[in-house]
Amino acid sequence: MICQECNQRPAALHFTKIINGEKTEVNLCEKCAQEKGEMFMFTGGSGFTFNNLLAGLLNIDPTVQKQNQNTFHQEEILQCNGCSMTFPQFIKVGRFGCAHCYETFKEQLPPVLRRLHSGNWSHSGKIPKRIGGGIHLKKQVESLKNELKELIQQEEFEKAAQIRDEIRTLEKELPGSNKGGE
Amino acid sequence: MSLERFINQAVSSWMSEEGPDSDIVLSSRIRLARNFEDFKFPTLFSHEEAQAIIVKMEEILRESNFTKFGQMELLKIDELQPLQKRVLVEKHLISPNLAEDSPYGAVLLTENEEVSIMINEEDHIRIQCLFPGLQLTEALEAANEVDDWLESHIHFGFDEKHGYLTSCPTNVGTGLRASVMMHLPGLMLTQQINRIIPAINQLGLVVRGIYGEGSEALGNIFQISNQITLGKSEEDICRDLKGVVSQLISQERSAREALRKTSNIQLEDRVFRSYGVLSNCRIIETKEAAKCLSDVRLGIDMGYIDHLPKNILNELMILTQPGFLQQYAGGHLRANERDIRRAALIRERLKMEQDKR
Repeated sequence: MICQECNQRPAALHFTKIINGEKTEVNLCEKCAQEKGEMFMFTGGSGFTFNNLLAGLLNIDPTVQKQNQNTFHQEEILQCNGCSMTFPQFIKVGRFGCAHCYETFKEQLPPVLRRLHSGNWSHSGKIPKRIGGGIHLKKQVESLKNELKELIQQEEFEKAAQIRDEIRTLEKELPGSNKGGE
Repeated sequence: MSLERFINQAVSSWMSEEGPDSDIVLSSRIRLARNFEDFKFPTLFSHEEAQAIIVKMEEILRESNFTKFGQMELLKIDELQPLQKRVLVEKHLISPNLAEDSPYGAVLLTENEEVSIMINEEDHIRIQCLFPGLQLTEALEAANEVDDWLESHIHFGFDEKHGYLTSCPTNVGTGLRASVMMHLPGLMLTQQINRIIPAINQLGLVVRGIYGEGSEALGNIFQISNQITLGKSEEDICRDLKGVVSQLISQERSAREALRKTSNIQLEDRVFRSYGVLSNCRIIETKEAAKCLSDVRLGIDMGYIDHLPKNILNELMILTQPGFLQQYAGGHLRANERDIRRAALIRERLKMEQDKR
């Protein structure tokens, strides 16, 4: 077989493309394949992307599949009202359609996120200023209150008093006093 | 155009300047993914929405004077020539995805090219800061400043539980990808890299060769980046990465010392052979050029070669890629023509340094 690009050298590489069920065969010599190869590399080798892998990962997840079937049986497929994406569609493409999808699919997300982020499913990083430092403080106060409870149970009153004071100072900052952000 | 002028125009600050540990760490990069709250993500958005986002960005650029990192310029992808796009990709200023698959894409660039903001790629906005040497903290600070600036004009998609909302669930939370580009010839030559890479992967970090295809690392250059974006703070992600990178730096240094002790003359031979190839070749492929450049750079770091600047590896790795060669030649080149041009460019660049002596 002769290379179909240069029609001179023997073809050494044989590709089969299947697009929409239509099969095309490409036979190239090493030289021409290299020429083309650099082209392929540039387009990011779009044949097999991360999304395919992700979709595979989600599909084999038994919890997701079960929920999937359940929603199907109830004929109540979750659909995002921001972008009309359904959960099966998300599984298929591995991408969300809009910011509201996170709210729509919040029940289904924890197993997916845990798998992707080594067990983590909730954010503990930067918070936009417009939302304010309120969340940060709220979270801090919550964890201090838990600590306080434990200390009281253990009858460590001196430490508990310290924590109580800390909570008080934090709570003073909390309601509407976060002018200009954190 | 003279080569010197071409290089001066082509080189971004991360390629020409030195940073901390820049004998081993070539560059540090921070990327933050952000999205408009009320527009569909780029996978689904309409032409109108895409345009509205670009218009909004132009407005922000016009109305607010954010010049901390110098003047910014907005480039629309569909208005660029294929070769211009390719050069931006080769300089790591935009992703191949933005260049090829984002019809409504645009990029905001600062003059020194330390900050670039990709618009309408996989997410509406991707802030990227690229610094020379190991400067993750500095790059994160810069990215945060850019983020704060944009945030004062845009409502980003965010919720308390999931953090910054991104198109792909692998980026949700901080939207942060921190990555470090490292030159590790010592670990390659002593074959330690094969046992180090799996260990790093276990820590939730990814190692890959940056210029080669797949796992092959062209020019012994590796990129190490975080995989997890959710559940850790930005600072923690950078600190963890920096911790591993520091370990790698000291491993690489001791590998180099061991090589010097056990096979000094062999190493010196290798370095000067490669220098000989680069300064005399007439045809050279990317792979061979990368190997020789890596050897020469190692020779500079270890003191065998003292008349060449350290950044020659960064600079020539970028400038000998197909896009740049074609831009320098002023038109399309076939692969074999590129190999000839590549050899000529490298020879001429090395001669520039010889003449300076």
